[in-house]
Amino acid sequence: MTPPMTPPMTPPMLTRRHMLAGAAAATGIAGLISPAGAQTLAPTPTMRGGANNYLPGAAIVERIGGGGFWMTGTVLRAGDGAPLAGRRIQIWAHTTEGHERDPESHGATLTDANGLFRLEMPQIVPAFGQAHGHLACDDAGFETVFLRPLLASASDTSLDVSFVLKPA
Amino acid sequence: MRQGPFSGLLIWAVLSAAIAVPLIAAGFSPQLQWRDPVYIVAGFAGILGMALMLVQPLLAGQYLPGLTPLRARRVHRLIGASLIVAVVVHVAALWITSPPDVVDALLFVSPTPFSVWGVLAMWAIFASGVIAVYRHRFGLRLWRLAHTALVVVIVAGTIVHALLIDGTMETVSKIALSVLVAAATIRTIARLRPWARFRR
Repeated sequence: MTPPMTPPMTPPMLTRRHMLAGAAAATGIAGLISPAGAQTLAPTPTMRGGANNYLPGAAIVERIGGGGFWMTGTVLRAGDGAPLAGRRIQIWAHTTEGHERDPESHGATLTDANGLFRLEMPQIVPAFGQAHGHLACDDAGFETVFLRPLLASASDTSLDVSFVLKPA
Repeated sequence: MRQGPFSGLLIWAVLSAAIAVPLIAAGFSPQLQWRDPVYIVAGFAGILGMALMLVQPLLAGQYLPGLTPLRARRVHRLIGASLIVAVVVHVAALWITSPPDVVDALLFVSPTPFSVWGVLAMWAIFASGVIAVYRHRFGLRLWRLAHTALVVVIVAGTIVHALLIDGTMETVSKIALSVLVAAATIRTIARLRPWARFRR
């Protein structure tokens, strides 16, 4: 399942990631717009199984383990789509270095001023039948969201995931 | 069916290969290096269970040379019991590996599309074992119909379950085993015609 994509925005600095996010938004935004208002960005719902093997309070780390795989994404506010800075994103997965439930498979990072986050981690490998990652955003002020995105291919070395958070 | 000694040997050799090849191929899976022993056992219990499913219809349909009908029936029961053990080991070891994922699967709320098929097949295997124990309380026809219906759920559920999983099974051997299990099951059901009434 592909997570909801980000809406087009005009970033202060045009990077490749911004271009990708914009391109993805052009194709993926339809499902996010509620019929009531074209400017309303719907919150990302928690995915089934998203919270499995979640360990609350994973530490903010430079990278998880030896790295080699990039988990990237955007965190936006529902409704107006404003980027949310300083949001803590927790990430865990079954990787070449450990099982999902292993504490060392868990780590967290913060979003920057543009609501972007990126964290390097070991290569995700298929577990329980699918190559997938887990992400959580359980900061105060917004409703908690747990995601369980799939890798399009088990050989992918990055995954881009977007959160649209609903103020609690 | 008249068969010489060599054709009998050939059937047993092909059957042994059909069971051994998927297990050996899975032994070379790159995914094994990133798994704990318990998780590895879980996977192989599943593969072994699926491979044993190939033997069951061949025993029921009297396709295997060198076995008297009574012997074939006893082996069929023994393998049936082994299948239940394999399923229990498969699920228990997965539970140890990741409890919440197994709970989701058993409650039919898993995000993975293959879980529901595996869980359906699991309950059908357990039910099959229960009605096999109490088969004398059923009429012969009802027992045969019920067992066959459960077998259809078991075989179809297991094949779909296996094919949708990105796991340790090697793809070609997985598809080949699936085709063999389905073909053996269909052929045996067509031969035994459990819906037919017995003439006394």
